[in-house]
Amino acid sequence: MKVSLDWLRQYVDIDINASELADALTMAGLEVEAVIDPYEQLSSVVVGRIVKTSPHPDADRLLCCEVDIGSKTVNIICGAPNAQEGMNAPCALPGATLASGTEVKKSKIRGQVSEGMLCSKAELALGEDASGLMAIDSDFTPGTSLTDALNLADTVFEIGLTPNRPDCLSHIGVAREIAALLGKSLALPELPPVQTSGNAEDLTSVTIENPELCPRYAAQLVFDVTVAPSPDWLQQRLRAVGLKPINNIVDITNYVMMETGQPLHAFDFDRLEENRIVVRTPEGENSFTTLDGKIRQLDSETLLICDGKKPVALAGVMGGENSEIMEDTGRVLIESACFDPVSIRKTAKKMGITTDASYRFERGVDQQTTVYAMNRAAHLIAETAGSTMVEGIIDKHPRPPAEKTIRLSSARTNRHLGTSLGRDEIAGYLESISFTVSAEDADNLSVTPPSFRMDAERPEDLMEEVARLWGYNLINTTFPQITAQAEPPEKPLEVKEQLRDLMAGFGFHETINYAFNSANAADRLDLLPKDPRRNTVNIMNPLSEEQAVMRTTLLPGLLETTQKNIFRQEKDLKLFETGKAFYQAGTRDLPHEVEMLCALWTGMRAPLAWHTKPQQCDFYDIKGAAESMLAGLGLANAAWTKMPDNACSYTLPGRTAQVRFKDTYLGLAGEIRPSVLKHFDIGQPVFAFEIHIEALINCLSDTLAFKPIPKFPAVTRDITLIVDKAVEGGQILNHVRGAQTDLVEDVFLFDVYSGEPIPEGRKSISLRVVYRSFTRTLEDARVNEIHQQITDDLLAAFDAVLPA
Amino acid sequence: MNEEIEQIRQQALSELEQAGDADSIRALSVKYLGRKGRVTGFLRNISELPADQRPAAGKRANEIKRELESAFNAALNRLSGQKEEEKQAIDVSLPGRQAPLGTMHPITRVTRLISRVFERMGFGIAEGPEVESDYYNFEALNIPKNHPARDMQDTFYVSDNVVLRTHTSPIQVRYMESRQPPVRVIAPGKVFRCDSDLTHTPMFHQVEGLVVDEKVSFGDLKGTLTAFVHQVFDRHTSLRFRPSFFPFTEPSAEVDIQCVICRGSGCKVCSDTGWLEVLGCGMVHPAVFENVGYDTNRYSGFAFGMGVERIAMLKYGINDIRMFFENDIRFLRQF
Repeated sequence: MKVSLDWLRQYVDIDINASELADALTMAGLEVEAVIDPYEQLSSVVVGRIVKTSPHPDADRLLCCEVDIGSKTVNIICGAPNAQEGMNAPCALPGATLASGTEVKKSKIRGQVSEGMLCSKAELALGEDASGLMAIDSDFTPGTSLTDALNLADTVFEIGLTPNRPDCLSHIGVAREIAALLGKSLALPELPPVQTSGNAEDLTSVTIENPELCPRYAAQLVFDVTVAPSPDWLQQRLRAVGLKPINNIVDITNYVMMETGQPLHAFDFDRLEENRIVVRTPEGENSFTTLDGKIRQLDSETLLICDGKKPVALAGVMGGENSEIMEDTGRVLIESACFDPVSIRKTAKKMGITTDASYRFERGVDQQTTVYAMNRAAHLIAETAGSTMVEGIIDKHPRPPAEKTIRLSSARTNRHLGTSLGRDEIAGYLESISFTVSAEDADNLSVTPPSFRMDAERPEDLMEEVARLWGYNLINTTFPQITAQAEPPEKPLEVKEQLRDLMAGFGFHETINYAFNSANAADRLDLLPKDPRRNTVNIMNPLSEEQAVMRTTLLPGLLETTQKNIFRQEKDLKLFETGKAFYQAGTRDLPHEVEMLCALWTGMRAPLAWHTKPQQCDFYDIKGAAESMLAGLGLANAAWTKMPDNACSYTLPGRTAQVRFKDTYLGLAGEIRPSVLKHFDIGQPVFAFEIHIEALINCLSDTLAFKPIPKFPAVTRDITLIVDKAVEGGQILNHVRGAQTDLVEDVFLFDVYSGEPIPEGRKSISLRVVYRSFTRTLEDARVNEIHQQITDDLLAAFDAVLPA
Repeated sequence: MNEEIEQIRQQALSELEQAGDADSIRALSVKYLGRKGRVTGFLRNISELPADQRPAAGKRANEIKRELESAFNAALNRLSGQKEEEKQAIDVSLPGRQAPLGTMHPITRVTRLISRVFERMGFGIAEGPEVESDYYNFEALNIPKNHPARDMQDTFYVSDNVVLRTHTSPIQVRYMESRQPPVRVIAPGKVFRCDSDLTHTPMFHQVEGLVVDEKVSFGDLKGTLTAFVHQVFDRHTSLRFRPSFFPFTEPSAEVDIQCVICRGSGCKVCSDTGWLEVLGCGMVHPAVFENVGYDTNRYSGFAFGMGVERIAMLKYGINDIRMFFENDIRFLRQF
């Protein structure tokens, strides 16, 4: 909210400068987000006197003016009809910015030099008048700055008010805070006492049909008004706080709202059928046209202000086109009311509008200000629009607020805050902001908040008031005395940290992609129609189609990241991400959230170097990374097998492996299908692995048992087998590992070869087997015997032959 | 006489030290040990010495002869050995066979940094669902439906009662529901708000913390956060606590730290204020305790929260929050 310092001074004596005040407000919880000079745009505008005019040689409607700007006389081309010799007018010098946002520059207009611009009110945002130059009293010396000449000087604060402080949504509210902070008194505009009897009741009536939605409604009549533009002072006040002047009646209702925080509405009394007000919800009405010309759909909950026949305003939100103040309005009904915050909020949300009125009603408007604000507006209208106040007011107040009394213990306050304030000191702070306080006993205070502090409900609310007035920064800094509690860290957290360490150690760069992606991500991965990853959690109000559903796999995000980096000429990428995938979970409220690890490798295997031939990465690189990662977690024995064809839609069938530990499926590694890559606009092979972190965690063992270091030497033997090309090396390795002997310590597959002299359709596979006994030195004869046995088994099991 | 042979020895050894190549060493060998060499000459003339000095002088001269012989030979060997090694020399300036390292995302790095600080203070770490019920995200935290405080957080909805969590505070509620005080925990994680512009991304990261016990005070909150800021930035960084509002704390505060860029003198990053807002915090609202069944007469507590991106931007001098989620490899490689 914007507040004008000049305006605030009307209610409180401010004897510190603007930046000190901004600081004091910020430290009291009214954060000053910006300090604005509302007349900054006038800094290069001076009073200019037209000393001579002559017709423009090439344009009928333009005048060449010689303008005295104090320091010198300049030539300015001007098209205003009222420009004449001897006249004083605002002169914007080069560098000045006009209301339209354009910067004034020295230029040539139809061949004639113009060194500035003579301005109308509208061009300087000082009024609506654009018909001609703004005339300035000829007493002012040319060159005087316009702000001095018009006595325009102010500072405006933009205050970021928190939702608990609606009482500060007005100048009086902020002034009240300032008065408490500076120890000054608050001076409110004095008004003659309200006349409660008079003609008003004969002329109009107010009926509240929904008192729970409208606890108070007051109305006052002002007749014989002349609708006209507001006086300058009023227009300036409104502009300074960001409101657009409209006419004297509307401007005064806005002015009083900015002054008191009470939203007001002015109806054209003669356009109210039966000259009366009914506050109710719709009775068959479906739509209503607000004064901005828009047709609003109504529902049964929308609170309406109606006349004897029809709606005339959306209560607390916006008035109607059918009853707004017109140029010929002569009789006005001023509405000052309080509405239920929830009802107003619902209406404003449904209609998608926020007005200064709805903003205040949603947060809470003080029921004790209703009549004062209305009366203030009536007097101002009477003063400025030459009109007559009808005697008497209507004031329906079916639901006055209950008075709250809060018991506050000073000992508890001190314990909560870490202070040592005396009971009376605490009372003093509360009294300084208009709370009524009395002492109950040596410790307790009985506190009644003022009606405008609707946020104060509990002792803690009062403690906050005491703390902020005493000063948060004066509270002693201490440390909590808490018993040590030794809860072990949560396993998933630990494992995720380990995974990140391992993957970064293997040369992968961690990415964080958005947890939502496009609804067509499933299509881009060619997922089958029944794939569970199509059961997405959909966002009702996404920012864009690209972020409309929660991801069910991390791969699309990584592929998009890959594409963007390749586009930037970064073609060698090793990326990974850990994060959640989300699945719609049938009838459950909350979706399933599954922690995943996904890694991706594309481009070169290693950075360009003198010692290694440049090579593209391949399937075995990504698989190796996955194997190493599993080994790093103690799952080196996880078993990799060929993924059944068509089991994974987005990887190549012959180039995909799945990994299990015992019976638990952990994930897969494979080469991404070119058709999928095409959907992501990637033109180079990409290899990836995906691991289910929760499945992985379930396989991890908490124990690690030491095995004694062998005392006896190992013996190695090599075998080369010639087998059919379809035989999987992994099966051969498993066969050796599973041999019926405890003497096989290890086995390495160190060569795979096909081509001459191996027959077509077959390949050779070479293994090195390490034999060792834990109880004795193995003799050659014994090793040969076992090795022969294993070789024979392999030959039989894989239809293999030995090399010739 | 003895002095003479000692002098010869000294001189020979010092000349050997100066000799840089094999030829000059050989020349020294001739000069001292050759047929006309000085040691040889001394030995030859030993008969001219008085009879009682001859045996000692002879013994000493022969010792020196042997010493010099081996010194000359050793020097020659060293030189020829060097030559052999020189042949095997390699270009040690060439880059080694590195194991190329990857990197951790700056958000991970900073989350770890923050977590370590609180772990040292005895906090546990908890996680929770990223898609949350309206109850845990709002109502349990004293933010009823249709309350203006909901405007403080633009919310993505999955259904009327399910949201993408807008903060990690629901983790605190779930954590409190599952145990009695004392509680000392931080909750890191992703959060979502429906806001995207120069300074907002629709997803970002928070770390929130919670302490509940008997007699926990606002002063304790100040102490804990001061220690935190001093560890994450440096111990000379000053802080200020400003009154603010959060529905789930009362009193509430925002914490500004002295601008880490300009040290408080005013710059673009701190909008010339000298201060940077980095944390929100406060004493846990009694309504929150009531919702999780804690005795409000017995327990008090404080909660705090911070944006990880904000801390990372300040620590690393990153000026655009969107960089974190663009995953430009040239950005990622720097961490």
